[in-house]
Amino acid sequence: MARYVIVGAGPAGVIAAETLRQQDADGEIVLLGGEPEPPYSRMAIPYYLTGGIEESGTHLRKAQDHYAKLGIEVRQAAVSKVDTGANSLVLADGSALPYDQLLLATGASPVRPPVPGLDLPGVHHCWTLEDARQIADLADPGASVVLMGAGFIGCIILESLLARDVKLTVVEMEDRMLPRMMDQTGGAMIKRWCEDKGTSVLTSTKVTEIKAADGGGLQVVLDSGEQVPAALVVVATGVKSNAELAQDGDIKVDQGIVVDNYLRTSVPNVYAAGDVAQAPDHSTGGWSVLAIQPTAADHGRVAALNMAGVETTYKGNLAMNVLDTAGLVSVSFGRWDGGDGCETAESVDAENFRYMRLVFDGDRVVGALCLGHTDHVGVLRGLIQGDVRLGDWKARLQADPCRIMEAYLGSTLS
Amino acid sequence: MNTGKRLMQKSLHIDPGKCTGCLQCEMACSLDNEGAFNPAKSRIKVFDFHAEGRFVPYTCTQCAEAWCMKACPVDAISVDTLTGAKVVSDALCVGCKVCTIACPFGTINYNQTTGKVLKCDLCGGDPECAKACPTSAITFIDADWTGLERMRDWASKTDSGTRAEA
Amino acid sequence: MAWARKLLRVDLTKGTCTSEPLNMDWAQRYLGQRGLATKYLTEEIDPKVDPLSPDNKLIMTTGPLTGTCASTAGRYSVVTKGALTGAIACSNSGGFFGNEMKNAGWDMIIFEGKSAKPVYLFVQDDKAELLDAGEHWGTSVWDTEENIKKKHQDPMIRVASIGVSGEKGVKFACVVNDMHRAAGRSGVGTVMGSKNLKAVAIRGTLGVKVKDIGAFMTATANGKAILAENAVTGQGLPTYGTQVLMNVINEVGALPTRNHRDVQFEGAGDISAEKMHEKRASDGKSNLITNGACFGCTIACGRISQIERTHYTVVDRPQYQKASGGLEYEAAWALGAATGVDDIDALTFANFICNEQGYDPITFGATVGAAMELFETGAITTKETGGIELKFGNTKALTELAEQTGRGEGFGAEIGLGSKRLCEKYGHPEMSMSVKGQEFPAYDSRGIQGMGLAYATSNRGACHLRGYTVASEILGIPEKTDPLATEGKAGLVKAFQDATAAFDSAGLCIFTSFAWTLEDVAPQLDSACEGEWSVEKLLEVGERIWNLERQFNLAAGFTGKDDNLPARLLKDAAKSGPAEGKVNGLGEMLPEYYQLRGWTTEGVPSNQTVERLGL
Repeated sequence: MARYVIVGAGPAGVIAAETLRQQDADGEIVLLGGEPEPPYSRMAIPYYLTGGIEESGTHLRKAQDHYAKLGIEVRQAAVSKVDTGANSLVLADGSALPYDQLLLATGASPVRPPVPGLDLPGVHHCWTLEDARQIADLADPGASVVLMGAGFIGCIILESLLARDVKLTVVEMEDRMLPRMMDQTGGAMIKRWCEDKGTSVLTSTKVTEIKAADGGGLQVVLDSGEQVPAALVVVATGVKSNAELAQDGDIKVDQGIVVDNYLRTSVPNVYAAGDVAQAPDHSTGGWSVLAIQPTAADHGRVAALNMAGVETTYKGNLAMNVLDTAGLVSVSFGRWDGGDGCETAESVDAENFRYMRLVFDGDRVVGALCLGHTDHVGVLRGLIQGDVRLGDWKARLQADPCRIMEAYLGSTLS
Repeated sequence: MNTGKRLMQKSLHIDPGKCTGCLQCEMACSLDNEGAFNPAKSRIKVFDFHAEGRFVPYTCTQCAEAWCMKACPVDAISVDTLTGAKVVSDALCVGCKVCTIACPFGTINYNQTTGKVLKCDLCGGDPECAKACPTSAITFIDADWTGLERMRDWASKTDSGTRAEA
Repeated sequence: MAWARKLLRVDLTKGTCTSEPLNMDWAQRYLGQRGLATKYLTEEIDPKVDPLSPDNKLIMTTGPLTGTCASTAGRYSVVTKGALTGAIACSNSGGFFGNEMKNAGWDMIIFEGKSAKPVYLFVQDDKAELLDAGEHWGTSVWDTEENIKKKHQDPMIRVASIGVSGEKGVKFACVVNDMHRAAGRSGVGTVMGSKNLKAVAIRGTLGVKVKDIGAFMTATANGKAILAENAVTGQGLPTYGTQVLMNVINEVGALPTRNHRDVQFEGAGDISAEKMHEKRASDGKSNLITNGACFGCTIACGRISQIERTHYTVVDRPQYQKASGGLEYEAAWALGAATGVDDIDALTFANFICNEQGYDPITFGATVGAAMELFETGAITTKETGGIELKFGNTKALTELAEQTGRGEGFGAEIGLGSKRLCEKYGHPEMSMSVKGQEFPAYDSRGIQGMGLAYATSNRGACHLRGYTVASEILGIPEKTDPLATEGKAGLVKAFQDATAAFDSAGLCIFTSFAWTLEDVAPQLDSACEGEWSVEKLLEVGERIWNLERQFNLAAGFTGKDDNLPARLLKDAAKSGPAEGKVNGLGEMLPEYYQLRGWTTEGVPSNQTVERLGL
């Protein structure tokens, strides 16, 4: 009877555990989590912050006995070492946990920018449920809040902060909001959208220091010399893979833990999935770390199938994001920023916050951005990841890039 | 482990050649789900390929991969064991929209009015669209008979566990 | 319920859009769409107004059933004082625009005044705004529709617009929605153009509800079953479209040919439904690609056609090589039999141009037919026609004039006057085959007597859709009457006119009446709408509407003398077929009709009638 050990109880870990159980009714499955909560979803934290859901609403699986019923042992335990030679983990309490097949799904952690004052009370990341509780405590209506970073996570939090009616200042060091998800056109529209809602957005601006203000609260010092008072500073300046466990051993690590088309690391019975895995990339042909929910889900599933002996090829990472910035929905896929030899088609309605951009490589769509669109956007994934040859439809998409659903149907159902 | 074959599940079978584009399916769907005739909120959509003189009804195929369900971070999408449909729980859906980009068929969509996502749930096993179709372009039949090759991954395939690709 | 209970008033002069509650008292008395909008129009404009002046108003209107699942319930109408006729105009269209308007929460949109510059109305549910149409002015209906959808990044927007012909004042311009569905007759698009209103673009997502959904689903299911089982609506129309009539009407000797000089067309078979189905030798394809439905329609009579790629009209012109709205019977007749042209692809092309540039193929074809007679009799020459040998049967003359009329250029600008003005201009008013300035459709009243009375008394000028006695006289619906007899036709015409007004005001397509009577409509309305809707009430509403329209026309200056037919139909006997030797017996029918209507011998509703109907 095989013993499967999964380190990390986020989406990749949980889906892997469930998939393993589907494939192997008898194997022993241990799911190790680092936080004192049932497995939960970081994606849901903003909705907890707005008060839209209870804490339990963030839980990845709702039934209390979900894991027990599947015979999955969930343990809170920190792992100090992977001993690939002995096929065993060393836990923080010194005990050993042997495995036959190991999955590292240890996720990512927020990056700490080199800014003095990040340790002051009132400065928080927004990554864990515990972070969220702290923020909820401080983000009262009317409170001055500074959000450091207007990337994907920053913008998700932004919505929940606005919903709490705070006085918000966003500081982003790059020249636009969502620099890794939106081009200038889209980033500028999102900025204007936020400004219309009363948010102050400072792009190309750095926080140089956070100080305790006289008489309580914080003072955020900007590189412009300006100082912004704040009751709360939320730091969302990016994340990096938690690959430390792998670094000690003989598992190959680059930006994250490097895996092959089967999500296998350089050690044959060790796999990696989710935010920690640097996996083959569908768009570039290289390897990438994509800290996003759908990728975590795909990784978890494919890794588990391979661990259980069902050889399954992973189609490759495809960058995809969907974001609701205070009611303005934006979506990005793949190589939205184009590149050598790519053609683009754009439709811009700035006044009404609508934008569609498609990137073509030959007669295939390889990337897309949309703003203000919610219908059928998933089909962009189908077009890109399915390598759909557009034929005549390319010209029609160039004439009107919003006809994505028709292009997909027209190209695949003929 | 599968203890035996499940009863044959039924699937929506769509024959675009028979569709006239009347949108009775969209009205039936929206009436059942939204309580009003509101094609904009229908889970099934008919696409009009005007230049080719073709109408194509399109909705979720309840695919075996269940991209939407697996991408959902809060377990708000589950399989209806009776029909094989992937069903959204409005109570659990937080409106994060991850499923809407995960589904490569574009058949699960965000409803800005409710803050939840919409998808076909096969009406619990008696799809209104099929009943409303005046030309039998949409039928609800034994899964084995739903032969449209490209609209693949029908419910019956979930029986065999998984497919060797992702 | 059923009604959205709201209308949108758009003042084009001021550039404002305001919401008003719908007058629900009027709704109980005039139902909706044709009836209710006519009530609004008659209350709000002076009937003597110049149709093209800012004081005329233009109303786009749905019926209470529009947007529900009742079969065919996607209709809307455009109601105004007609540019072609100067009479009350109400042009009804299918497609999907009507539903969109209702789903956006509007029963009606009233346009008044005139915009200083070209604009279009953009409606997203309860949000409405006038936007600059500078970039769309001068473009076709097809381009306008595509470009508006593209601009707003929403392929699901529905658009009703005018083409270049409507901008240029062609008197019979349409309002075209969904590429090839049109509020076609009487020049309602011309009025829209005179207001500098290029298009109305709508996205509706609010939903339509009815009073008693259980009863409504039963009533509409019953209605659909009747349509499916009926030979005309269940088989004939879906298979052959309205074109099923071409050979039938030719055989009964009622197919007006070459400007009504003949009543049978030797080329009828070549422009018929059967021809559209026939596989071509060259490419093995047929003209007809498929049938298509309007919103909610379980009949699906619409034709989607494609022209042979090597046909002279489309060579090197890919935009016309695609499939689009094909020939309906009236268009095929007007473009073909009325002009003596028998090339089905040329007719299809002319029809495409009518849709693309937004003008009425019936009046166009009939006017070309009249111009051909002017040409053959020497009243006009190639000097006037710009070199076109305008003889009957000249296919290229037809398609060239279609394009010129679409652009409002060359001799096409004169065709754009309509036959009445054109024939008057060249000294032969007797050659215009029209009533109240509007050309006849495809039934010769010498071979179908009742239609003569229906045409003569139609409130919007000659029209088959105001009292389609063809159903009875030729098809035997609801019962067969002798097409060559005048006896009993006054009553038949009145019954058809009143019932049609009720169908038109409900939001339904009149083609349902091949299978439905008001007995089938009443339960659908009664379960959908507030109030009680019996057959008796619907007949009364229909009669009330008919009389209201009549009052408008009388106030506009029409008299009983205008309830007339051209001398050709009253004096020149049919030359062939079953009606050979017959003229139309209007004089035998009209007095009885006035009497049945409760009108004076001058054709004016009596005080008693006015009082009885509460007008």
